[in-house]
Amino acid sequence: MSEHHPPRRPRRETVTYASAHGGAAAPGTAGRRPVHPPARSEIDEQTTLGHTYVRSLMRSQLRAALTALGALALLVGSLPLLLALPAPEALVWAALGVGVYPVVWAIAHWYVRRAERNERDFTGLVEH
Amino acid sequence: MNQTYAVAAVTAVVLATVLIGALGLRISRTTSDFYVASRTVRPGLNAAAISGEYLSAASFLGIAGLVLVQGPAMLWYPVGYTAGYLVLLVLVAAPLRRSGAYTLSDFAEARLESPQARRLASLFVVGIGWLYLLPQLQGAGLTLEILTGAPDWVGGLLVALVVTGTVAAGGMRSITFVQAFQYWLKLTALLVPALFLLAAWYGDGAPRARFDAPAVLRGYTVVRVADTVRIGLDAPLTVTVTGRVDSVPYADRTVTLTSGTHHVLGGTTLSFAPGAPLPERAVTGSDPLGWSQPLAGGRDGHQLYATYGLILATFLGTMGLPHVAVRFYTSPHGRAARRTTLVVLGLVGAFYLLPPLYGALGRIYAPELALTGSADAAVLVLPDRILGGLLGDLLGALLAGGAFAAFLSTASGLTMSVAGVLTQDVLPSRGVRHFRLATLLATAVPLGVGVVASKVPVADAVGLAFAVSASSFCPLLVLGIWWRRLTPPGAMAGLLLGGGSALVAVMATRAGLAPGGWPHTLMAWPAVWSVPLGFLSMVLVSLATPRRVPPGTPAILARLHLPEEFTGTVPAQEARR
Repeated sequence: MSEHHPPRRPRRETVTYASAHGGAAAPGTAGRRPVHPPARSEIDEQTTLGHTYVRSLMRSQLRAALTALGALALLVGSLPLLLALPAPEALVWAALGVGVYPVVWAIAHWYVRRAERNERDFTGLVEH
Repeated sequence: MNQTYAVAAVTAVVLATVLIGALGLRISRTTSDFYVASRTVRPGLNAAAISGEYLSAASFLGIAGLVLVQGPAMLWYPVGYTAGYLVLLVLVAAPLRRSGAYTLSDFAEARLESPQARRLASLFVVGIGWLYLLPQLQGAGLTLEILTGAPDWVGGLLVALVVTGTVAAGGMRSITFVQAFQYWLKLTALLVPALFLLAAWYGDGAPRARFDAPAVLRGYTVVRVADTVRIGLDAPLTVTVTGRVDSVPYADRTVTLTSGTHHVLGGTTLSFAPGAPLPERAVTGSDPLGWSQPLAGGRDGHQLYATYGLILATFLGTMGLPHVAVRFYTSPHGRAARRTTLVVLGLVGAFYLLPPLYGALGRIYAPELALTGSADAAVLVLPDRILGGLLGDLLGALLAGGAFAAFLSTASGLTMSVAGVLTQDVLPSRGVRHFRLATLLATAVPLGVGVVASKVPVADAVGLAFAVSASSFCPLLVLGIWWRRLTPPGAMAGLLLGGGSALVAVMATRAGLAPGGWPHTLMAWPAVWSVPLGFLSMVLVSLATPRRVPPGTPAILARLHLPEEFTGTVPAQEARR
């Protein structure tokens, strides 16, 4: 249905349509980069080997995400159990009022660096 | 509290919003600008805008009220609101941006290639958006009523008008500037008074707030109980009463109430001597306590269960809130979406250090707010209570302005996303003019509901939006991004069973249909079981319909996960032409 949209609404046709119908990335891509290394064209052309590359990237990104979530569950998700023990009120304030935030930020920071590194490694693998 | 200053502050915030919105209007030239700010918003600006939009009245006023009434266990609310962004970051942020979809409905359609799944997702987006808009408008009414004595529909109408105007005129580009401004305004409005209040508290000998025992009134205190309440006393208490207690009329009489539960009629005035312990408000199931709703009455296992219910709803619900999701499309690429989220975590976390301070100070200096059921007002009345004089008035006005910024920014974001879905899926044509019509519709419905059902408990609407979002859109996004075998029937079954059951459970609790004890706790905090239900039904129905896996799944998953240099940032490039 998206191809009937007036051209002044670019967002849905580019995204949902092109990708949903197996359109190898965007139509303009091939023209812009005429020479691809072999692995790259495997990905562009949606071959089995191309899918294997994508799967390997997804797996490494999912591993990073699950590690971050595991850290969140362990460090923050366990707090209700710990604080259910008779804890001094000051500890509850320190943990929930202040301490949690740097921990959450640190996990996020680790994840962003890790996810970007995964993408760089992937690009390196495919381009060389 | 001095009304003139408060009204001036609220007016200034409203004017600034309109002016900055108008500035965005001049910049917002193309349709792409209008909807997604051409996807070229830098992480710093975008992060401030996301944070400004996210920090609603529930954060600005509600958390302090909750802490005042129930103590530090309520700090799980801000922790959950923050950690929700971490879960969003690691599971959803970059793929959501790379999907290029604008609303959650676009995502559903792109991933599942199914118009039915799209329509169902749209239904949930509009529903969750309206659930979240309702308390913003009602909270605005309440705040303006406290500040100026205006009837409670005035504030809601004011917010609705300003928001409809700015969003309809300038679209996403203009609200990006407005909301970035409002984040810094809200932070300043809480930070500056907090410094003065802490200095005054320190000068007062730094009294400690006590949460494990009834609060003690520091001076001679007169409390006017607006709505009828039941109070519980641990020991006999002597008070001066004008009005009715336990159906007995008194006129300025000093009486000693026995220990146990007493019924205080609305409009009664109670005067307490200095040092008197404040009676605890006895909670009944249908009490509308504003955001200061307790974690499901009980203690022990109930308390622990309710805490985990809250954690699951907020951690997993954030990613599915329509106004949060819509923001990710304004990043230029997936990597920027991740970095933006990291900055958001810092900004939101910094903000949340402040509301608990107001809660603790409120427990010391204004504990009687818990009794009158107006604990949400703690943030607004503290400067007057602790500092008084001109300084108190000025700081109170700053806080009032900040509160209004909170209503305005969250309401704009919600209106923007609800209107986006209405334009695409409900109204016939898709031009900018119809978007403006949809904007009107997006605010008119919750405004109308708010006027008709003025006693809809505010807290429930926010908590409900999180629980429904966690049980419906969280499974859809997570499985849609990471699982190849998701099918349209599976996704729709998960949305309906997960989101639907969460909605029904909380509505039934509200309507008083839940039996006491564990069933009540389970239904009031549904996320613990409704999130797994949503995931499980999505997975099982998908596995049962393997032939309905959309043919384009490998291509779309590649697009979601590959860095842009492989797929090309088509939308952003096109917008630049």
